[in-house]
Amino acid sequence: MSILADRNTRLIVQGITGAHGSFHTEKMLEYGTKVVGGVTPGKGGQSIFGVPVFNTVKEAVETTAANASVIYVPAKFAAAAIREAGEAGIRLIICITEGIPTLDMVKIVHWTRKENIVLIGPNCPGLITPDETKIGIMPGYIHKKGPIGVVSRSGTLTYEAVWQLTQLGLGQSTCIGIGGDPVVGTSFVDTLRLFELDPETEAIVMIGEIGGSAEEEAAQFIQKELTKPVVAFVAGGTAPPGKRMGHAGAIISGGSGKASEKIRCLEQAGVTVVPSPAVIGETMAKVYRAHYAAKSRSRV
Amino acid sequence: MNIHEFQAKELFKRYQIPVNTGVVARTSQEARAAAEKVATPGSNFVVKAQVHAGGRGKGGGIKLVNTPEEAAAAAEKILKKNLVTPQTGPEGKPVHQVLVEATTEIAREYYASIVLDRSACNPCFIISKAGGMEIEEVAAREPEKILKQHFPAETGFDAEAALAMAQKLDSDPKIAVELAQIFQAMARLFLECDVSLVEINPLAVMKSGAVIAIDAKVNIDDNALFRHPDIAAWYDPSQEDSREVEARKIDLSYVGLDGNIGCIVNGAGLAMATMDIIKYAGGEPANFLDVGGGAGKEKVAAAFKIILRDPRVKAILVNIFGGIMRCDVVAEGILAAVTELEAAGVAIRSLPLVVRLEGTNVEKGREILDKSDLKVITASGFKEAAEKVVGAIS
Repeated sequence: MSILADRNTRLIVQGITGAHGSFHTEKMLEYGTKVVGGVTPGKGGQSIFGVPVFNTVKEAVETTAANASVIYVPAKFAAAAIREAGEAGIRLIICITEGIPTLDMVKIVHWTRKENIVLIGPNCPGLITPDETKIGIMPGYIHKKGPIGVVSRSGTLTYEAVWQLTQLGLGQSTCIGIGGDPVVGTSFVDTLRLFELDPETEAIVMIGEIGGSAEEEAAQFIQKELTKPVVAFVAGGTAPPGKRMGHAGAIISGGSGKASEKIRCLEQAGVTVVPSPAVIGETMAKVYRAHYAAKSRSRV
Repeated sequence: MNIHEFQAKELFKRYQIPVNTGVVARTSQEARAAAEKVATPGSNFVVKAQVHAGGRGKGGGIKLVNTPEEAAAAAEKILKKNLVTPQTGPEGKPVHQVLVEATTEIAREYYASIVLDRSACNPCFIISKAGGMEIEEVAAREPEKILKQHFPAETGFDAEAALAMAQKLDSDPKIAVELAQIFQAMARLFLECDVSLVEINPLAVMKSGAVIAIDAKVNIDDNALFRHPDIAAWYDPSQEDSREVEARKIDLSYVGLDGNIGCIVNGAGLAMATMDIIKYAGGEPANFLDVGGGAGKEKVAAAFKIILRDPRVKAILVNIFGGIMRCDVVAEGILAAVTELEAAGVAIRSLPLVVRLEGTNVEKGREILDKSDLKVITASGFKEAAEKVVGAIS
């Protein structure tokens, strides 16, 4: 088990003939992802790395029975690409594209929620279930199959955390980058709920950052409903207010979105928050061991 | 993107949000002429510094005067030096123009703004009877005076909801109707121009009975500027940190800070975490810098140049977790940057350079650095890198 995607996920790539799309299609195929088709309007009939290209998502879905889509199309067209995938019946859409206008996302996210479509991103590295499927842009080899669920607003910082886990022998069930924009399709809470239900996930690493209140909402959920241990890091404790730190969503404005407040809420909810991003792995190793040692004792 | 007050008011006029008659002036003579032009019987004048920062009144950037001569004198004073406000930092912001407006007496003042509520995934009005004050202060001291109301991005703010909200602010039925029209116009502006913040503070009821947006603040979503070339043309680099302007030209994400350890990192989250870990190790980061996911050799070299323009930088930390980005490309970028900077007379070899590479092609990258004649302090982990760079300057 894992969440959202596994070895049976049949993926299409929207924007497969672009520089990013084709590069990552090759990497995903190498990892073993079932890439069954690609879409680029006007380029139907071609094939890339043996993957057939279609003009529309509808055609691709009809021909290949795809059930997930990853989007690499330029920001201007990304919202329309999400809608096209959803209208063609795809229920898992991962949008990698960075720089989509916020209001485009506001409108499309209302729609995907109404239609019960899982949208991951935008502006995210994607998701990976180690040894089964890799949907996105993360380097595959840093991952290892195992019991830790990873959810993060960042890209490379997620790789850092995953690499620390893997080096300590702690594998991952599924790793999801939910994206660094102000409005994203899937929240921390959505992902934590799935990890809670997944029998293979035994503990969770959560990586937040400054801006918005997604971490505070996650803390509320963790306190009320999550039974699995969580280790968290919140990036941007040293960031000055009013400055956008790369991600459109990472900005402290009007006194809200500060790391200190997020850390306070998470700690109150029983989360182990690490002060340094260098100790995410070792802290998880300790928390994991302690939690499950206590649990096996209580079973006896 | 931030725009100036006079530009925000230009947008207001397009949406029939009433503002005082005003003229922009670049010199004291122009300010005098502007005042003469906008004068109406019984009016006095306000001269306002045009900078991308709030708290202008506190910094002496807003002057109320009675005659065109006084307007000229006020403009002269404001234009002479950088304006320092609680929001600008100690260097302040240069003032290249003032807005001269005719004004009359205010009866009462309100606050109105629209921002995006991320959790609700919709725009949200924030209104208050406590106009003219900083909304953060009101929120902290008298939260009961603040009212929030969402509206759907898809369909906008309907007339009925606008009137109901206006009636909560002002009991005069005629004024409420005018306020409601302004609220609807604000919502249209927000949705049609990809605004990330529109704020009117104060939104004033004048003694004459007119309702007027005395101040105007509008921020635009950077990602949507391609849809609004007329607004994009208002970009004013003089109001930004010059290092950030340089970085923006080559598509690097850079934010200047006050410390002395220059950072070059790939990915925004990792770049923030790198700042955090430097601080945790007892140092102070000089900047946030994200070279991006797929940066090539040239971009890495450019990042070095931008960092070294900051004279405070006493050591450099390169922290790369190669995913799409390959470590060998980063290593080559470092060598290229050093060669180029040395040729330009920059004493880069005297600065401690700590490099931490991990991920795609890491062996190749380390080999390139090892074989070079560059004295690089290598670090294998994140923590070690931070400790080494902090240790190098203490």
